Amino acid sequence: MSTFDVSSDPNSRSAGVPADRASSRRRRNTTISPQATPNRRNTELAMLAFAVLLPVLAYANVGLAMDDKLPAGMLGYGLGMGALALIAHLLMRKFAPYADPLMLPIATLLNGLGVVMIWRLDKAGPLLHNNFPAASNQLMWSGLGIAFFIVVMVFLKDHRVLQRYTYISMAVALVLLAAPAFFPERKEDLGAKIWIRMGAFSIQPGEFAKIILTVFFAGYLMVKRDALALASRRFMGLYLPRGRDLGPIIVIWLLSLLILIFENDLGSSFLYFGLFVVMLYVATERTSWIVVGLLMSIGGAVAVASTASHVKTRIDAWLNPMAAFEPKHPQGATEQIGQALMSFGSGGVTGSGLGQGRSWLIDFAAKSDFILGSFGEELGLTGMMAIFMLYALLIQRGLRTAVAARDPFGKLFAVGLSSAMALQVFVVAGGVTGLIPLTGMTMPFLAQGGSSVVANWALVAILLKISDNARRPGVEPTPTPEIQGGTAS
Amino acid sequence: MSELTLTVMRLGFLAVLWLFVIVAVQVIRSDLFGTRVNPRSSRRGGGATAAAPAAGAAGRAPQGQPPAGGPPTQGGGRRRGAPTQLVVVQGSLAGTTVALQGQTITLGRAHDSTIVLDDDYASSRHARIYPDQTGQWTVEDLGSTNGTYLDRQRLTAPTPLQPGMPIRIGRTVIELRK
Repeated sequence: MSTFDVSSDPNSRSAGVPADRASSRRRRNTTISPQATPNRRNTELAMLAFAVLLPVLAYANVGLAMDDKLPAGMLGYGLGMGALALIAHLLMRKFAPYADPLMLPIATLLNGLGVVMIWRLDKAGPLLHNNFPAASNQLMWSGLGIAFFIVVMVFLKDHRVLQRYTYISMAVALVLLAAPAFFPERKEDLGAKIWIRMGAFSIQPGEFAKIILTVFFAGYLMVKRDALALASRRFMGLYLPRGRDLGPIIVIWLLSLLILIFENDLGSSFLYFGLFVVMLYVATERTSWIVVGLLMSIGGAVAVASTASHVKTRIDAWLNPMAAFEPKHPQGATEQIGQALMSFGSGGVTGSGLGQGRSWLIDFAAKSDFILGSFGEELGLTGMMAIFMLYALLIQRGLRTAVAARDPFGKLFAVGLSSAMALQVFVVAGGVTGLIPLTGMTMPFLAQGGSSVVANWALVAILLKISDNARRPGVEPTPTPEIQGGTAS
Repeated sequence: MSELTLTVMRLGFLAVLWLFVIVAVQVIRSDLFGTRVNPRSSRRGGGATAAAPAAGAAGRAPQGQPPAGGPPTQGGGRRRGAPTQLVVVQGSLAGTTVALQGQTITLGRAHDSTIVLDDDYASSRHARIYPDQTGQWTVEDLGSTNGTYLDRQRLTAPTPLQPGMPIRIGRTVIELRK
């Protein structure tokens, strides 16, 4: 029995407390004291100030370590970032006053730390192979991301509006996913066709497709979940779904395999399929979907790995990350995973200190896919754990929003968005640390990449909108004649 | 920069980073259990104090309520033995509770209902539960297709509710509790 509280009283948000405990508390004749700021915007402001201060501190630390002086733009960048965060916060006071207090500060902090690390790697200069200054670009994209955040905040009045566009969003997501395959391949893309390039400008439509596809999954599963959950045959202790209900999952599976084959994008195909299985499980509460999903993804991965050479190299590099450093290493062995492991090792428990690591040895990917390696070396295990905690908190707030949401669409949507982020963090961190084969995706907020930053800001904005809706204190008392008569007597 | 300064900065930065994480966890902790529980016993007994919790309840009532005449009705709503929460006992929303604070609770499939019923047998505006003039909680069917049942009886008119009486709408069962 799930105990989520849709209490109209903002003071009794006792969702974490089991119902019997909450009621026994009431029976003991106790009262719940009202809080001065039930919407917790002031908490958010304090956390946000903290979240802006931390990257500024990191920035100063890098400057002192590398140039023996405070970086020139410290005050300017700090104030600029603070101003952007403040604008986002003030608009939240107006447009989402009851939203979760933690998500905006955590996103700001992660984004800020990412920009500082990219700036630090820019400073490594010619040491880093193929080093193009990227910090100012990343800063611009972060600004654009916050602008996009604000746009979503202001114009998305209610997340349930998106429910109307269930099938349109499916079509849009498919177009976005398929689009890169039709653009000419470039040398610098290294085999993965996930970008749309127009001149100097390039976007990665997959990052946006992640959100749009979640709209479709949530809308579709909300309608179909009863059929999926109830109509099933029992076979060997598992409830197997009917063939016709199995249709959509097979379509998504084929789709993710097609992405894998035509765009060489292992990470995205895992992300979309994983997302669908998670949402199916949440919508139907049937373990059989997890089993079916796992079997299908393992089957698909094995089939593709044994045929596509690109995927096969990745798996070889995962099984034997140090192969490239051996005297007679096979042709085309990649050294990046081995280098990332070495950077984690050289970081140790407390790290080498910001600006004092050698993570630029991980070639061109140090700022994007392997930015965690840079953090792991300069902040050590302690810092990595803190960063993972930040992601865990962000995702937990998303799932908590799903628990609190009152409408089934909002629940599924929030679960989908937060598990998309969770899967992405798992895929990237697992790949960099050698737990699973590496799959070139971006670490949300930290890694260099414009589309990723903008899309993740939009994702957080939608979650905050759902959260605002879920935590808004009940319905205003409708002034019906009966009640007015009652108050007059 | 001296080695010592850099070491201090390195450890200091990690400490501040973890401080952020810990403060964030504290924020969540107070979000989950953020309600301070004060025993009300110190204010019990006597006629004058009976109004005090009532005034408190009126103060916490959502805005938009006409302030005049608030205490009597609110007092009526909060009298001894009056239900304080509405609980969904059966159906897909089982376990959901709504605190009763003098507001009308609407039930139905419409998205703006207080309790959005995800039930094939529910109408979009199915029923509502509200306190009448005397503060007695009352259930009224809003012309639903499949009806609202109190025990086994289909509702035809607004009916006063006692705590523990099961209200059935499709597969969903709701009751008021103290």
